[in-house]
Amino acid sequence: MSKRKSKENCLTHGECISQAQRMLRERFCHQKIPGKPFGVESQHKHLLELLKRTAVHGESNSVLIVGPRGAGKTMLLNCVLNELLEVKHVQENVLQVQLNGLLQTDDRIALKEITRQLHLENVVGDKVFGSFAENLAFLLEALKKGDRSSSRPVLFILDEFDLFAHHKNQTLLYNLFDVSQSAQTPVAVIGLTCRLDVLELLEKRVKSRFSHRQIHLLSSFRFKQYLEIFKMQLSLPEDFTDRRFAEEWNQNIKSLYEDRSVEDVLQKHFCSSKDFRSLHMLLMLALSRVTVSHPAIKPTDLLEVSRLCTMDSKANILHGLSVLELCLIIAMKHLNDIYDGEPFNFQMVHNEFQKFIQRKSHSVHNFEKPVVIKAFEHLHQLELIKPMEGPSVRTQKEYQLVKLLLDNSQIMDALQKYPQCPTDVKQWAASAFG
Amino acid sequence: MSRYFTRLKKRRVYSWIGRPSFIDRKLKHVFYEGLCIKTDGNANTGCIRPGHYILIEGDEDRSYVAKLLKLYDDGTGTRSSKHAEVQWFVRFHEVPQNKRKQLGRDPHPNEVFLYEIPNCDSDIDAETIITTVQVQHLEEDSPFPAAQSQENPLYVKLSWDGKSFSPVNLDLLLQSGGKPVLPASSHTDSLPKPDLEVSRGLAVDSPSRPTQSARKQHSSTSKYSQSKELSDRQPSNVIFTPAARKKLQLSNSVKPPGSKLTRDDVLAELLDEDRAVSSLEAEVTRRRAVASKPSSSPSKKPRDLCIRLSPIRGGQITQDHQLANRIQIGPRLQPEELVKRTLKRESGAESTEGETPSKRKDSIKKDASLDILIEDGGEAGGPVVTMTPRSRRKSAQVSSARIRQQLNYLNRNQSTDFDVDDDEEDVFLPTKKDLRSSSEEEEESESESESVTGRRGSRSAVPRTPRSSRKAPSRTPAKTPNKTPRRTPSKTPVPRTPRTPRHATPSIPSRTQPTRKPGNVLEEARARLHVSSVPESLPCREQEFQDIFNFVESKVMDGTGGCMYISGVPGTGKTATVHEVIRCLHHAAEQDELPSFCFIEINGMKMTEPHQAYVQILQMLTGQKATAEHAAALLEKRFSTPAPKRETTVLLVDELDLLWTRKQNVMYNLFDWPTRRQAKLVVLAIANTMDLPERIMINRVASRLGLTRMSFQPYSYKQLQQIITSRLNRVRAFEDDALQLVSRKVAALSGDARRCLDICRRATEICEFSSQRSGSGLVAMSHVMEALDEMFSSPYITAIRCASVQEQIFLKAVIAEFRRLGLEEATFQQVFRQHLALCRVEGLSSVCMSEGLATCLRLGACRLLLLESSHRDLHLRVRLNVSQDDVLYALKEG
Repeated sequence: MSKRKSKENCLTHGECISQAQRMLRERFCHQKIPGKPFGVESQHKHLLELLKRTAVHGESNSVLIVGPRGAGKTMLLNCVLNELLEVKHVQENVLQVQLNGLLQTDDRIALKEITRQLHLENVVGDKVFGSFAENLAFLLEALKKGDRSSSRPVLFILDEFDLFAHHKNQTLLYNLFDVSQSAQTPVAVIGLTCRLDVLELLEKRVKSRFSHRQIHLLSSFRFKQYLEIFKMQLSLPEDFTDRRFAEEWNQNIKSLYEDRSVEDVLQKHFCSSKDFRSLHMLLMLALSRVTVSHPAIKPTDLLEVSRLCTMDSKANILHGLSVLELCLIIAMKHLNDIYDGEPFNFQMVHNEFQKFIQRKSHSVHNFEKPVVIKAFEHLHQLELIKPMEGPSVRTQKEYQLVKLLLDNSQIMDALQKYPQCPTDVKQWAASAFG
Repeated sequence: MSRYFTRLKKRRVYSWIGRPSFIDRKLKHVFYEGLCIKTDGNANTGCIRPGHYILIEGDEDRSYVAKLLKLYDDGTGTRSSKHAEVQWFVRFHEVPQNKRKQLGRDPHPNEVFLYEIPNCDSDIDAETIITTVQVQHLEEDSPFPAAQSQENPLYVKLSWDGKSFSPVNLDLLLQSGGKPVLPASSHTDSLPKPDLEVSRGLAVDSPSRPTQSARKQHSSTSKYSQSKELSDRQPSNVIFTPAARKKLQLSNSVKPPGSKLTRDDVLAELLDEDRAVSSLEAEVTRRRAVASKPSSSPSKKPRDLCIRLSPIRGGQITQDHQLANRIQIGPRLQPEELVKRTLKRESGAESTEGETPSKRKDSIKKDASLDILIEDGGEAGGPVVTMTPRSRRKSAQVSSARIRQQLNYLNRNQSTDFDVDDDEEDVFLPTKKDLRSSSEEEEESESESESVTGRRGSRSAVPRTPRSSRKAPSRTPAKTPNKTPRRTPSKTPVPRTPRTPRHATPSIPSRTQPTRKPGNVLEEARARLHVSSVPESLPCREQEFQDIFNFVESKVMDGTGGCMYISGVPGTGKTATVHEVIRCLHHAAEQDELPSFCFIEINGMKMTEPHQAYVQILQMLTGQKATAEHAAALLEKRFSTPAPKRETTVLLVDELDLLWTRKQNVMYNLFDWPTRRQAKLVVLAIANTMDLPERIMINRVASRLGLTRMSFQPYSYKQLQQIITSRLNRVRAFEDDALQLVSRKVAALSGDARRCLDICRRATEICEFSSQRSGSGLVAMSHVMEALDEMFSSPYITAIRCASVQEQIFLKAVIAEFRRLGLEEATFQQVFRQHLALCRVEGLSSVCMSEGLATCLRLGACRLLLLESSHRDLHLRVRLNVSQDDVLYALKEG
């Protein structure tokens, strides 16, 4: 009786699973910001204080957040901004401009975007009018008119900051930093970049105007913390609709966390990269294996997923090749060995292949040359070989110099796994000379 | 539309009238008596003669007002060889804005001020003259006449000497500014006082006078033209005399003929006394013959004068003077003396010169002098002239000394009389105008309508006065160079992009809550240490300040132009020092120690491409918007055409090196304009490198930049310390040692003051954080150390330590491969083999190629490794971006 009642209260099992999956996927895809960033408390505090001063005191600042990819730079910034905007009078006062070096590839586009995001007067609808020069002057004028005490502070967030440094003359950066160093509208210029040498990119006068505050996010955590993160990321929150499901789920995650094999998998992952994104990718794959019939993540899932993640892409391609193509690869391998990595052309490969055919004519069918060329071209399309010259150089196909993009070890591994590989071919591959 | 607004469309043809009347052999100047302006597409021609008031082409469709003093040809035969000397008038908008309040009332739209700055350039290109205009002198207190439908003359009440407004001194109104262009007898002018009835009468009908008098003149034209014809036939070019005389009669018939004639008579007498000048006398007598009313006998005059003087001698001058409504004598004395002296000089010169050329010269001089005499209301000249001969007489010398004494006394005491006097003058002055207009009546009669419309146009467009054209109306006196929004409408359409909505004033919305004020000492210190906070003074740059100040000041004082090149590494206070100099100079200009000037600033970094410099300069100078090409043309025109009333422009060009173009024409122009005589442009160019002129400039640009150079040395640690201390200004937030550490460290690295301030600011933050836990509240060594570490320590080592195990192994593999190859470069394939080997050694599970490449690319992304683009895959070349020692050091510790 009680069981039935509880069932009525709760969602069905399938619904629970799909809801949990949605929630966790949101988390893994960075759509939802975690409440508090992990392991970067001091940086968080530094940035928060800095932005607060801009927002509250109208002090202009500039700062760079530097860290390797996936270290949580954007997450940190978003956390800080969230926290900052919770304060009511800050939210009312602060203007934000978000730019990305990959989108705003030059200053003209960046200026238009800034003008648009600031809702300045030369914006009609979503269009920004005026020439580049006009826009620049207009924006500078706008910023210049403001002063510390009365204007709204503007937060300029420059994602992929290093790309802005490649803009002509670094005009945008110069002007933003210049505003931040002069008594104009208070601005905070926040740059996000993964390049440690970003300051060397700045021109000397731009550099001089930059305040040289850098917040380094270098993911200095240990494996233990990594495990914690793993657990935290997979756990469902307390306020999940179906509490019982959540409890079960979390219990399962806890057992995973304590599992030896899971730890090994994670250890390997941790060794290869501390990047949160790669962890998220792993978890995402594991999560997608969860179905109604398979309602929880098992250690085997993680093992399987980890194998998928660390699979060698080229070895996979090799498994799909025909025997002829494989033979050509082996011929190339021998050429590489003979000529010590020097480039070769189709004719050389063909000769090598012919030699093999003549020795072991019974094992492999003697293909016509056009067929061999076709196979060679297919390898080219798969990017297992790469021509030395660009496509503009017109040489006869047979004599075009190419290089093999496979390591010997990869070839040997692939041959081991290749289904029904003729033994002669295997032997040929293993032999020292063609 | 008035004529001169459309002048750009209609070409005007200028030609001299009359024969060259006087030749200055030394300068090869040929003087003419008039200038004929013919406008294309209009049959009318206008004639302009010395004494006329004219409109002169100004900048951007605005005209200047001036009075023509002299016309001459400089003999070069080029198109612009026609010159004119003028006495300038300024419109209210040409007066610097910070001085405008001195007027103490709203200016009449048609009001002009006599421009009395002594050494302004009064020489103009005659082909810039547009047309004539009427200028009336009003007394200071009198109301402006109501605007008339047909023609609105301009009114002169006050003069402007660059510092203050003062009542018009007729002396100056009638003589050229500074250079005595005209024979000195013009000085007699200030005195001509009408009998009161006359002046009253004139004052009464003065509002309606222009038209009336015009009518009168018309009525008398026939008579006048006769006399003119007569005079034209005369070789002595006494053209104006008859007309003027006639005008005298017309304008005040009440006037006793005697006083009018006295001047000529006296002149004649004076010349008589100089026995050598028989030719001149002949001329004078001839002229007398020409005059419509022949004189009474000269011999009577002296007595006459004596009689007039007698009341003065009697010591009852004040009373007599007031009762008789005679004009005050005080101010007369000096001019009288002047007249005497100059006449003497003139006659002396004549006596020495040869016959024919001197005669010519004489005649023109006399013409001019007479012209002037007439202009200022010649009939009133009685008293002056009467006194002149008196003082020349030996018998009168003793008494004259007494008189002088008396007069001085009166001068001092009777300021009220002065006022009265001024008023009378003012009231009377219009007659002078009438005289002028009557004298030019004939020539002008056809083109009258033209000039009238022109005048009306000038009035309707009051804000378009020439001077104001140079500054946007909204500009504050010059302290802040005008950066009015770019959206101001312009006359020159830029076709390529859709225009932004007009009049959009860019601004960042203002905040709803006020900013919080600094709460504690550290916050206060931080606010003070922010680079943006403007310090009260700039310490440690006194010498540089002084040099720049002297340079700019001297240029502004002299009204000349020049260039200065300032170099120095970033953060050494170049721009700040220049701004400080400008601030001081503005202050000086406000205190009237310096002519006012206008300061504009451009920055190579703040424009999208070098040619935008023109656009920005033009916009700041005039508020106009134009395309780069058009702006260049306008600026070129502006800086090459003379405009004497233009104030000096100080142009700061920051980040000069960015104005480099292949042909270097922007730089060339920037440095060429100051060399123009009329430009009055001072260019201060700032860049970072000392050898920029030699390095990037072609010879003709470098040569124009000149050798006035200055370089700002990086700050020494003592200077940095001083800068911080002066900024902190007794806010005690730092321990002394801490300050010293910062300044020493920064001085050793770059000497960049910005960096120094930033470190200090960061140190206060660190101190604040730590003092929440514990601490004294003072920024100590440890805090500064931490800040320095944050800013200067290389992140590489930490980054390597924080890298994942695989990444670390990959770095090791890179070094191993480098050692094996003996090169600093390896392909990924080679490194990866090492990597696999290392993994085996370390006992780690081996990684596949894809993972290895991913690791490699991650290291490349944060620039621990330098990589080629990843499409080369296995053959990707790998180099280290850190020294091998650093890598090994980092990995050993970890």
